[in-house]
Amino acid sequence: MKQKYLPLTATILIFVLSYALCAAQYPNILSTRVIGNLLTDNAFLGIAAVGMTFVILSGGIDLSVGSVIAFTGVFLAVVLEHTSMHPLAAFALVLAITTLFGALMGVIIHYLEMPAFIVTLAGMFLARGMAFVLSIDSIPIKHPFYATLKGFYYKLPGGGRITLIGGLMLLVFAIGILIAHRTRFGTNVYALGGGSATAKLMGVPVASTTVKIYALSGLLAGLSGIVFSLYTSAGYSLAAVGVELDAITAVVIGGTLLTGGSGFVAGTLVGIFIQGLIQTYITFDGSLSSWWTKILIGVLLFAFILLQKGIIHLSRDARQRA
Amino acid sequence: MQASSDNILSAVRIDKGFPGTKALDKVDFHLQRGEIHALLGENGAGKSTLIKCLTGAYRRDGGSILLDGVDVDPRDTFDAQRLGIGTVYQEVNLLPNLSVAENLFLGRQPRRFGMVDIRAMNRKARELLSEYELELDVTRALASYSVAIQQVVAIARAVDLSGKVLILDEPTASLDAHEVAMLFRIVRRLKARGLGIIFITHFLEQVYEISDRITVLRNGRLVGTRDTADLDRRDLVAMMIGRELAAEIHAVHATAAEGEPRYRFRNYGRRGRIDPFDLDVRAGEVVGIAGLLGSGRTETAEVLFGAHRADSGTAEIDGRRVELSSPRAAIRQKFGFCPEDRKTDGIVGDLSVRENIVLALQARRGWTRPISRAEQNRLADLYIRALDIRTADREKPIKLLSGGNQQKAILARWLATEPELLILDEPTRGIDVGAHAEIVRLIESLREKGMSLIVISSEIEELVAYSTRVIVLRDRAHVAELGGERITAHQIVEAIAAANERRAS
Repeated sequence: MKQKYLPLTATILIFVLSYALCAAQYPNILSTRVIGNLLTDNAFLGIAAVGMTFVILSGGIDLSVGSVIAFTGVFLAVVLEHTSMHPLAAFALVLAITTLFGALMGVIIHYLEMPAFIVTLAGMFLARGMAFVLSIDSIPIKHPFYATLKGFYYKLPGGGRITLIGGLMLLVFAIGILIAHRTRFGTNVYALGGGSATAKLMGVPVASTTVKIYALSGLLAGLSGIVFSLYTSAGYSLAAVGVELDAITAVVIGGTLLTGGSGFVAGTLVGIFIQGLIQTYITFDGSLSSWWTKILIGVLLFAFILLQKGIIHLSRDARQRA
Repeated sequence: MQASSDNILSAVRIDKGFPGTKALDKVDFHLQRGEIHALLGENGAGKSTLIKCLTGAYRRDGGSILLDGVDVDPRDTFDAQRLGIGTVYQEVNLLPNLSVAENLFLGRQPRRFGMVDIRAMNRKARELLSEYELELDVTRALASYSVAIQQVVAIARAVDLSGKVLILDEPTASLDAHEVAMLFRIVRRLKARGLGIIFITHFLEQVYEISDRITVLRNGRLVGTRDTADLDRRDLVAMMIGRELAAEIHAVHATAAEGEPRYRFRNYGRRGRIDPFDLDVRAGEVVGIAGLLGSGRTETAEVLFGAHRADSGTAEIDGRRVELSSPRAAIRQKFGFCPEDRKTDGIVGDLSVRENIVLALQARRGWTRPISRAEQNRLADLYIRALDIRTADREKPIKLLSGGNQQKAILARWLATEPELLILDEPTRGIDVGAHAEIVRLIESLREKGMSLIVISSEIEELVAYSTRVIVLRDRAHVAELGGERITAHQIVEAIAAANERRAS
């Protein structure tokens, strides 16, 4: 088997194994309801994680995601409460804002040669601050269009539902996979992660690729914010704290190398499922504190980092022998 | 100007200067269609500067470049590639994480309906590589192949993109004999296709094996272009090292140290870096190390200093066995080492002259016993005066000093530790003539004080001037030792150039 599939295979294996374990204890976990909820509950995180996958593949990081989600939610709540704008127009407007916001961070990262960590950290504070400027309260969204959107779902046999947002997440993943593996832009993202100096020498348009990557992450964070506002029917500036870290976790558990250049968008989806599964198990158990989610995810994350180190080590040895 | 129609690439009177030095001085270089042209010279001769001017990595200050008879002015390497000049470096400049096919077609992948047509890309990649007798799984990551294969992939990409001139910058440095043969087969085939190929290497056997003509640069000037068949090895080395063999300086070493060796290395070496060697150094002796670039000079120094741990042999000081497993261990035995590349291995650019000077001494004392500021100032002032380091004051960041003064500050750093064995790797590289003479004088005076020194230099006259013995290296092995009367530039050049019996290729 090719080495690049190794982390992904490990991820899938862990998912299947833990699902089997859960199912052995609580057979209900196999029901389509649970699966439908798994999709719905993690939709916003999954969409944000697709953007994060591109950022990490390119060797960067985007810490602004959680704040952008909160900003989007508050923005929508405020706009829908105070103006007569149709939600779809508000969606388009907020997506334009968050995309521009991401692009701007990309511009700063590339042209000022600043580390992505610092720039997006600043972006994180800025977006959170803007959310607070709009409103410090949790504003409910009562627009009838929201109810209509929530009414859309695909009924699975066995009573489960694939909601609009759950389906949207799957669609975003599908498009993400296409972009990553079947477009020149996608290859350029991997090229940047492999080494931006070399990529530049080989003719990769480093500037536009960097800007597009962060713009994409901004766009998907905005979309994630829309999904989050549909999910919670509210906008609150303190919401979605730390979601960027959950997204990074999903990306890494999904087998993407944190240093960039190697990984799969599909892996991130499995990473999301693993996190969701742990959450579901703890809900089923009922007696465990929800902090166990964090502990288990921490352990998994650590194991994956070790696995990646091991693989890098092995491939280096293999090359020396070659 | 010779602009025969056979020349695919002509560089005429190329000038390039850097602050303080003239890297290229009116250099002419002509490359013919279908020839393999070796470009030779020691470090600092201007080879890489010339290449960078040809490929647009540097903008030249003067002169013109004609490609196929047309004046060109590549703005960057990408531009040069578009014009037809492709370059392959020793460090493969491809992306290890991408597949072989992606590396070959990055930025120009075949597309269908807006999506990359992976199957078409892989097919084209296989077709392209089959011209190079390479059957690979092109979907695998480049990193899973050996450096030699990566090198060929890089050549395939460069030729496919440019197709007129191929520059190979030390492509064989990390390849074994079998891989070199494969590479040469490919290069010959490209030559038959009419490409002009510039080949840079420091392996002279390979130059004779593959090149049609040789151009030698020295100190930024053109020494000459010759047909390989008409140039014997000795004359070539003389061209590179720049010795008119007639004019010998006969240095007399009245004080050639006698007595028991203080330092005795037996069968000392490290696999893959330097073959095991025996070396004795007496107190008050300067042992010079001569050899061409890549012959194992720096490797010898690094093994002696423990920067790369020796994997064979023993080291003794005054008859007592010592372990030199790390630079720290070597420093404890009162060794000092001034490395060759002071920019990367020596100075800490942003620290002041004073901090740079006390660095090694502080490291030896351990950070728990700091040297007082007054003591630091005293040491810094002492050596700034003793070595005549030209600096406005001792707190100036060392990166603002000239090369010669930086070199003296590094010497001061090791002298401050009062070493008993000092290893100097190219102490006079890249510094002006005045500072050069001062460093040579300093080496003499240290020797007179009874210090043992090992000095690596590519300047043969310089070695002749201060060495009591000269060790000659070739192909990572110590091949000759010259002492007393036999230390002449002529003898050293002979020993370096002597036909190679160990590694006939």
